[in-house]
Amino acid sequence: MAVWSLHGVALDSRLLLGTAGYPSPQVLREAIAAAGAQVVTVGLRRTLAAAGDNGFVAMVRTSGARLLPNTAGCRTAREAVALAHMARELFGSTWIKLEVVGDEHTLQPDPWGTLEAAARLVRDGFAVFPYCTDDLVSCQRLLDAGCEVLMPWGAPIGSGQGLLNPWALRTLRARLPGVPLVVDAGIGAPSHAAQAMELGFDGVLLNSAVAQARDPVAMARAFARAIEAGRGGFEAGVMARQDMAVASTPVTGRPFLIP
Amino acid sequence: MPAEPTVQINGERLPWVAGEHVAGALARIGVASDQVATALNGEFVARNRRAATPLAPGDVLTVFRPIVGG
Repeated sequence: MAVWSLHGVALDSRLLLGTAGYPSPQVLREAIAAAGAQVVTVGLRRTLAAAGDNGFVAMVRTSGARLLPNTAGCRTAREAVALAHMARELFGSTWIKLEVVGDEHTLQPDPWGTLEAAARLVRDGFAVFPYCTDDLVSCQRLLDAGCEVLMPWGAPIGSGQGLLNPWALRTLRARLPGVPLVVDAGIGAPSHAAQAMELGFDGVLLNSAVAQARDPVAMARAFARAIEAGRGGFEAGVMARQDMAVASTPVTGRPFLIP
Repeated sequence: MPAEPTVQINGERLPWVAGEHVAGALARIGVASDQVATALNGEFVARNRRAATPLAPGDVLTVFRPIVGG
């Protein structure tokens, strides 16, 4: 039974999986299956050579998962717009994970370039999934530009640091109710993904944490369970945090009234 | 003697051929046109526009293929 949707596509799984860096196409295929991922990311590379990817792309195309092409490597809105159009032609999908990077060391999204490209791509008929920071106002401007989904970072791409600013992510969730929010980037461990889900995020997109695991297939399964557990916790209602202890056993003061 | 006019394809300089279009350039370098996407001077050139998009001296043609990605 579908539990959520992205751009009108019903999905059971809240785990979106990247496809780069796996030891073999077979391991990638098994990881996608173990994750239960229904959306996987792909990319484009400037190359003339037809061979050389060892069948990874062919495997991804036949995995049954919906493809979400990205604009990885783009540094300007113009580059991202051109790459998005090329991705649409090659993958036959209007979905695009929009990446416009503004800093070489952190690979932090450029909010201005991302917004400029998003507005153009929405006008061109794309379903834009912007990779963005957790800045609330930047996110609001992306929604104003026509984005229906937001993908704020948890931490820099590939860093595995987890959610560096839970307050900002919690604020996004509180201020943007009803908007599908997917934490994209920086997730390193299943507990990070569970935390994102407990914050009320709708999904998690990750790649390196699975691809670089000693056993990617087992890690994909672990992430799927963590995401399910975290979402379950959010839906059940996590208790309010207290600064001091609050006794749970309903005793009346101390057990013995002995002076 | 002036230098021969060239075009660049993925960083490689090739002689410019008068009257050649994007589709012709792909054929000249042996690239199967249905497996790549193209941009001319940074602007997307759709598959159905390649035969109508001429190359000029100094043009930069970029050819992309699908890969795995995050």
